[in-house]
Amino acid sequence: MTKKKKFSPGLIVVYVVLIIWALTTIYPILWVIQNSFKAKDKILANSFALPLGDLFTTANFRKAFETTDIFGAYKSSLFISTMVALMVVLLAGMGAYALARYKFPGSNLVNSLIIGAMMFPAFATVISVYQMEFKWGIASTGSWFLNMVSVILPQIAGNMAFAMVVLTGYIKGLPIELEEAAYMEGCNAFQIYFKVIMPLTKPSFATVAIFSFLWSYNDLFTQSFFLRRPDMYSITQMLNNISAKEGTDYGMMAAVVALIIVPVIIVYCCLQKQIIKGMIAGAVKG
Amino acid sequence: MGANIYRNKKPAFVFLFPAFLFMVVLLYYPFFKTILNSFMHLKQLGATATEFNSPWYANYEEMLHDPNVWTSVKNTIIMMVVTLVGQVGIAIVLALMVDNIGRGKQFFRTVFFFPIVISATALGLMFNLIFLYDKGMVNQLLELLGKQNLTDWKAEGIALFTMMAPVMWQYVGFYFVILVTGLNNISDELYEAARIDGATALQRVRYISVPLLHNVICTCSILAVTGALKVFDLPWVMFPKGMPLKSTFLTGTYMYYHTMETKNVDYGAALAVLIVVLGVVLAKVVNAIFREKDY
Repeated sequence: MTKKKKFSPGLIVVYVVLIIWALTTIYPILWVIQNSFKAKDKILANSFALPLGDLFTTANFRKAFETTDIFGAYKSSLFISTMVALMVVLLAGMGAYALARYKFPGSNLVNSLIIGAMMFPAFATVISVYQMEFKWGIASTGSWFLNMVSVILPQIAGNMAFAMVVLTGYIKGLPIELEEAAYMEGCNAFQIYFKVIMPLTKPSFATVAIFSFLWSYNDLFTQSFFLRRPDMYSITQMLNNISAKEGTDYGMMAAVVALIIVPVIIVYCCLQKQIIKGMIAGAVKG
Repeated sequence: MGANIYRNKKPAFVFLFPAFLFMVVLLYYPFFKTILNSFMHLKQLGATATEFNSPWYANYEEMLHDPNVWTSVKNTIIMMVVTLVGQVGIAIVLALMVDNIGRGKQFFRTVFFFPIVISATALGLMFNLIFLYDKGMVNQLLELLGKQNLTDWKAEGIALFTMMAPVMWQYVGFYFVILVTGLNNISDELYEAARIDGATALQRVRYISVPLLHNVICTCSILAVTGALKVFDLPWVMFPKGMPLKSTFLTGTYMYYHTMETKNVDYGAALAVLIVVLGVVLAKVVNAIFREKDY
């Protein structure tokens, strides 16, 4: 290997710097997790001690489950994000197929409309979307399902353009011979899409789905407009609310943060390659 | 042959229709409606505006006299500089370092990237504990190092730092991964040739890695600047309502503050328009500065 070298003073410095930065990303998380097992006054006295022996307590977690509906929040968040990811993949995939394969008058205009749609930040649309959905009778109703739909719709729209750009590029690169073969066998355009294109586009679908899912799952801005009833809170809304109300109960705050972060870390460790790819591909989105 | 399958254009419209319905109804129409709303009298979220403000440009006039608008624009621009210099700068250094080591590349990639996966809201709560006055992690650490008095990290003057440091920290790994991918695309033969000619490691970085990375660095810079305009979650959780003394508002959080907290919805719409204008102008400026070069 050309790049492999013997240990030199320079290389040691490089490793030290890299390890220091790695500590800044790992240690704060470990710190929160270890303090979630300690009583508030023990955190304030010495937060660096491990929660062993007398220091150890699960009271924070018990209180976290009592004061917040953490399972309800997980339910809302997972439902919203899964629906967003599925709908984006399905609808953007269909649109991308048409853009990649059909030549029709006005396709330039269609393309610039898609690029333009990536430029709108959520700030610019949320007030009017809320107004519109309120008029339709789906925003701020008593129904859990309608409230979820009111968040899902704008989040699908927000991811659509980006997903179409990524998928169009991918479908254009697929060999057209397979479609021709299917056509010869008597498939129509819809059968070709569902039976030939969709299975072949799986890797790109995964990228788009992961990005849409995470973006929706981590979003606070849009969700805080549409999910304002405590029994309908998503995870981010629940966190925002608990921090405003119980922000001084440090032990419980640490427990809540741990309950939210740890599952994400586990999923990330299992799927890191796909997640990193999806997030980088999603960077172009507005 | 391919043309044969796709000569019938009708299915294309069926395929495109749902996606376009979403974009037109939930992006384009609301955007123009927001512009209209910014001229109307609208004091309740969800209500329909019926009359214009008098004069119709009242919100924009108010914006000129509103000191908080200037604070938030100023803070947003500081945020851009911080993300540009901090995120991209640190990411370049880390990427060049990782490119020159043998073991542990994958480990550092995994570890540096993972703050991005966690929601900024949860990170905001975490940093609230870390920067706690009496006494979070940072103040306890400083005490161990021999500092006598506690620092109030949320006091005026230092609050901006406390808000921007976590935002910067979270996204370093993102640009790091983009840059490492760019570095992997540089062929080993170039480094080999330089080594034979007697170039030191630093010279190889200076004369091979950095110039060949130019376009990737440009992409990262554009992403960092446009990304800074969209920062909302973490600042809002750590410094709700622009506290202390409305000094930490960003354009995004200030727009949210007026829309949700003061019920001045039409003013919020006007601020949203300001955000879009700011975004377009800044994207143009950054594009002009960091134009991609062909090699």
